[in-house]
Amino acid sequence: MQNPVEPAGMNEHALQRQEAREQWTLLGLAAPAVLAIVAIIVIPVGWLFYLSFVGSDGQFSLEHYAKMIKYKSYLRVFLITFEVSILTTLICILIGYPLAYFLALLPTRWAGIFMLAVLLPFWTSLLVRTYAWLVLLQKKGMLNDFAIYIGLWETPVKLVHNMTGTLIGMAHIMLPFLVLPLYGSMRKIERDMMHAAANLGASPVQAFWKVYFPLSLSGMVAGSLIVFVLCLGFYVTPAVLGGGRVVMVATQITAILENQFDWGAASALGVVLLIATLIILYLAARFLKFDAALFGKS
Amino acid sequence: MANDSNQSAQASTALPIHIQGLTKRYGQMYALDSVDLEIRSGEFLTLLGPSGSGKTTLLMAIAGFNRPDAGSIRFGDTEMILTPPHKRDVGMVFQSYALFPHMSVAENVAFPLKLRKIGAAECAERVAEALATVQLSEFGERGIDQLSGGQRQRVALARAFVFGPRILLMDEPLSALDKKLREHMQIELKHLHEKLGVTTVYVTHDQREALTMSDRIAVINDGRLAQVDTPHAIYNHPANAFVADFIGESTMLPLSRDSVGRLTFGDQAVTAEAPADAAADHLLVVRPERLFVLGAEAADPEKTIRFDGTVREFVFQGETAFALVVVDDRYELSVRFSTDSASSQNELQPGDRVSLGLHREDLITIPDSA
Repeated sequence: MQNPVEPAGMNEHALQRQEAREQWTLLGLAAPAVLAIVAIIVIPVGWLFYLSFVGSDGQFSLEHYAKMIKYKSYLRVFLITFEVSILTTLICILIGYPLAYFLALLPTRWAGIFMLAVLLPFWTSLLVRTYAWLVLLQKKGMLNDFAIYIGLWETPVKLVHNMTGTLIGMAHIMLPFLVLPLYGSMRKIERDMMHAAANLGASPVQAFWKVYFPLSLSGMVAGSLIVFVLCLGFYVTPAVLGGGRVVMVATQITAILENQFDWGAASALGVVLLIATLIILYLAARFLKFDAALFGKS
Repeated sequence: MANDSNQSAQASTALPIHIQGLTKRYGQMYALDSVDLEIRSGEFLTLLGPSGSGKTTLLMAIAGFNRPDAGSIRFGDTEMILTPPHKRDVGMVFQSYALFPHMSVAENVAFPLKLRKIGAAECAERVAEALATVQLSEFGERGIDQLSGGQRQRVALARAFVFGPRILLMDEPLSALDKKLREHMQIELKHLHEKLGVTTVYVTHDQREALTMSDRIAVINDGRLAQVDTPHAIYNHPANAFVADFIGESTMLPLSRDSVGRLTFGDQAVTAEAPADAAADHLLVVRPERLFVLGAEAADPEKTIRFDGTVREFVFQGETAFALVVVDDRYELSVRFSTDSASSQNELQPGDRVSLGLHREDLITIPDSA
């Protein structure tokens, strides 16, 4: 089998062909998923993008975008959307960090049981949970009755059909999305890390802020981003618990479609929200230096 | 020169550790069962034992990471048993190194200095000095994930002694390194200890490592100290069967007694007098490398014990060769020969009859605790 003309090593070409075949096979296996993503995401989003530039006369037009600049109400919708999203994310961090910390300190078996409690709401319909909050928070609801009974306040407080209700409901629904990645990153912090910090002279408070917190940050940033982005496009909870007073972009899009059947205007809103979100994520990644959390560790 | 005076100052303030009645239970299991141990100022003491013996529990108790059920741990004259770990002022090298991944090498080493509110200039100087000591001067700006295992080990070491602790604890610090690097680091650690002069407590399950590095070894088993002594004494005069078996290779042969109470093996007297513990059964501990093949000439029974047997196995292992010799059809003696070309032992074959000798000065007898 020795060929004096060919400088190649033994079986070199056969091995190269085998490698090439393997790569094509892998590509072939990935192809259905790639096609599905193109069909389900790229084409519809592209179609919306196109629609947003089509005027009422069927010609290319910027009228939908012009309207958004002209009417202050659109700006308010965006501001409310970001306000609700930021506040929900902050509330989730305030509640979720101690919760994840508690879970991470438990023995794994107990942590599993408690984690089940955190995840349980996931298995209940979003709508059911949202209406449950409506029942709890309304004027003659359980929370008001109880607060008045123990003398916390005297007349019923408006807890729903406003920003308060929206934030309570949103925070409840978003909490697991923050706790899961945060818990994951906390579990990865070795016990020895905290021992080392203490051994080197750090009090428990110093050890937490100088070692534990920085090490849990990647999970917190990842979780916060998920929560924030999910909030931006959220519909059900603000619609039900906001009672028409907390108009977010998704609510506005529905309103435009239901009342005016104006696909162009609705698409333009969606496109602006998408672009605004991408810009925010980009800036956040640049300035908070959590590229790693977003794009994986380089 | 300032360097030298600094280190001698550390040496003069090395602290002894007095441990008394230290007990730690996990449920019904005693991890430490009333341990008494005196660790001398400036010595390198190794806690040696199999996994689960309590050696790490003891080290963690000294560092303050677990809460014993009873006992006393004093550093010098100061009772430490209730002192939280961050106020104990001991350096520690962890098995996992526990370097902070969000800090550079220099930041890791500076961590204990900053907590002690040491000024920036002095801090930088001491970090540079510590990194120079572990030969990592050029690595200060590196991230932890850019270091090899051996380099991480050195950073962990620098961080543990940079703040001048008077006690240094090490929990199997070399176990993650490959054999060559480990042997190299053993020597380096020993030199570092000589240089710093700090009281060092070292945990390992590797008896060779313990023998190589220690001033004294505390062999620990089932939460109790089996023997505390120099490597030489531990090897040559094990106090009990556990130590004899755990340290080095050995074969243990049961001994009988003659009419005057002397210990015997077969018809050969092993001891000249009856042992102090006259009631107990005794074992003869035979180290494989102390046995030698008797030539044609008869050995002097005054100086040598003799074992006649049959070779069962013979394995060439490089610098030594290993043989199993069956004596009296019952006992398998492990024998280790050097493999120099002059040695006729190289020619042993399974089935050969062989006579082995053991010098009387190499005889080790221990009471049979089992």
